[in-house]
Amino acid sequence: MWPEVFSPQILKLLVSSIGQTLYMVGVAGLIGTLIGLPLGVFLATSRRGELFAAPAINNAIGLVVNAARSTPFIILVVAIVPLTRLIAGTSIGTSAAIVPLTIAAAPFIARVIEAAIRGVDQGLIEAARAMGATPLQIVQKVLLPEALPAIVSALTLTVVSLIGYSAMVGAVGGGGLGDLGIRFGYQRFMPDVMLVVVLVLIVLVQGVQSLGDFLARRLDKRARF
Amino acid sequence: MNLHLHPIPAPTAADNAPPLIALRDVEKTYPARSGGGAVSALEAITLEVPKGSILGVIGRSGAGKSTLIRLVNGLERPSRGQVVVDGVEISALPEHALREQRRSIGMIFQHFNLLARRTAYDNIALPLEIAGVPSSEIKSRITPLLELVGLADKARRYPAELSGGQKQRVGIARALATNPKVLLSDEATSALDPETTEQILALLRRINAELSLTVLLITHEMSVIKSVADRVAVIDGGRIVEERTTFDLFTRPQHATTRNFVASITGTDLPAHLAGKLASDPAGASQALVRLTFTGGDAAQPFLSVLTRQLNLDLGIIQAKVDHIAGQPYGTLIVGVPAVPTQVAALSEAAQKLGLDVEVLGYVA
Repeated sequence: MWPEVFSPQILKLLVSSIGQTLYMVGVAGLIGTLIGLPLGVFLATSRRGELFAAPAINNAIGLVVNAARSTPFIILVVAIVPLTRLIAGTSIGTSAAIVPLTIAAAPFIARVIEAAIRGVDQGLIEAARAMGATPLQIVQKVLLPEALPAIVSALTLTVVSLIGYSAMVGAVGGGGLGDLGIRFGYQRFMPDVMLVVVLVLIVLVQGVQSLGDFLARRLDKRARF
Repeated sequence: MNLHLHPIPAPTAADNAPPLIALRDVEKTYPARSGGGAVSALEAITLEVPKGSILGVIGRSGAGKSTLIRLVNGLERPSRGQVVVDGVEISALPEHALREQRRSIGMIFQHFNLLARRTAYDNIALPLEIAGVPSSEIKSRITPLLELVGLADKARRYPAELSGGQKQRVGIARALATNPKVLLSDEATSALDPETTEQILALLRRINAELSLTVLLITHEMSVIKSVADRVAVIDGGRIVEERTTFDLFTRPQHATTRNFVASITGTDLPAHLAGKLASDPAGASQALVRLTFTGGDAAQPFLSVLTRQLNLDLGIIQAKVDHIAGQPYGTLIVGVPAVPTQVAALSEAAQKLGLDVEVLGYVA
């Protein structure tokens, strides 16, 4: 039984699955951050009386973000097939799977970034305003830098969640570790493949979490001394 | 070191010169929140701070002092009235022009409000970065500021590595970075221990004198007022109930709120065990207790020995407190004299001639 796992074909599949997972999570995480970061900053600064006060828009964006987040990921994957086809040219395959992953990641990131920014002491905003800072300067020089350790933690959480989500995109031929586990470990009765997939996922998640924690700690100048 | 951008006024000219900060009939009302009426934070506030002077505003929490200080740099806008700083009507400026003005108004805070991820140096650099000062110039500005506040060796430390007093020094250097004309101090020593408080207040006094900086400070501590303020305004319930020179306020408080504040620091009341036995009738009493209060120049004369010699009277000191306020001595003395009405009357008369305030508190057995 054991040798089967380490047969050249399976090993090759394992390596390419890891590559696919990293590719999907990496690209979806990156694009998701590009969309989610500004959204999160806006959500954190646009309530009544805040820097970019626009309560109506804040509510509208909040609603969209909540709607996206309450849709189960597997439903999101199939529901947006037309959109996926429009963007990726196809609705099948690893690259196509990045579209639903990104759409799931962006609102998630927006909310965790919002929480990170809201964690910045209000007194710092007041001090910056008293110095004559513009709202944009306050975001650039105070909110983002001060929230950076929290943002790193938030993005770590996002990547870990994305690794989990990526296991579901096998449904649209997305490949990746989860797909390998389902197709070989489950459907072909190869429990050892399943075990290896799970172990690799554990190591991957652990690695991402440790790296994120390390970076956040390095960036945090408050409690280190 | 080029911190003297603003000319130092002659102290005597300050009275005639227009005030650097002026609030005229200012009112601040917060709009009604759901379920409540509009909240009035400040009413009929008229206040002037002469150039180069230190005005202290004292009040309990909730009295409106935080709102008041924020009107001066436009963090709050008045519902009515005018706020003028150095001839510019702050309360009438649009936001972008206000930002420009804020660079000439430094502010320090109770909780310092330093950026945790910037070093002391970089915290001081922040207002300069915001003002668009080139980085080559920033360095030449920060070095003398660090020296001024005594932190030249702490430039590369993060706030978490500094003590409370050091953090406030960074806060002060940061507030001075843009060469402001005005320094606003929002309970800047309230989070510090008494010794550190004194050091920070001494630094504020020095800055006030050396840079001819006009300072408006708010506090709930009378000791802070006593140490630094030239004039004091007492705020209660959103109104200024009394405003005078620090010495006058301490020695002759008028309003009840002021008296409470003053009593908290001067402690001129009779000890409780004596106060309980005090009778208004001399019959059966052995001693009369008389309070003598001396202020300013009177304090220099050796009035106790003068009185004993003049009246051939034996005085016992029950309680005494001598203090210096704004550089002038001020004291209260409670003395015990034999409970003989003629002697008490003679003492009162003689003491009043010497310029003392006299009050017969009562008689004890």
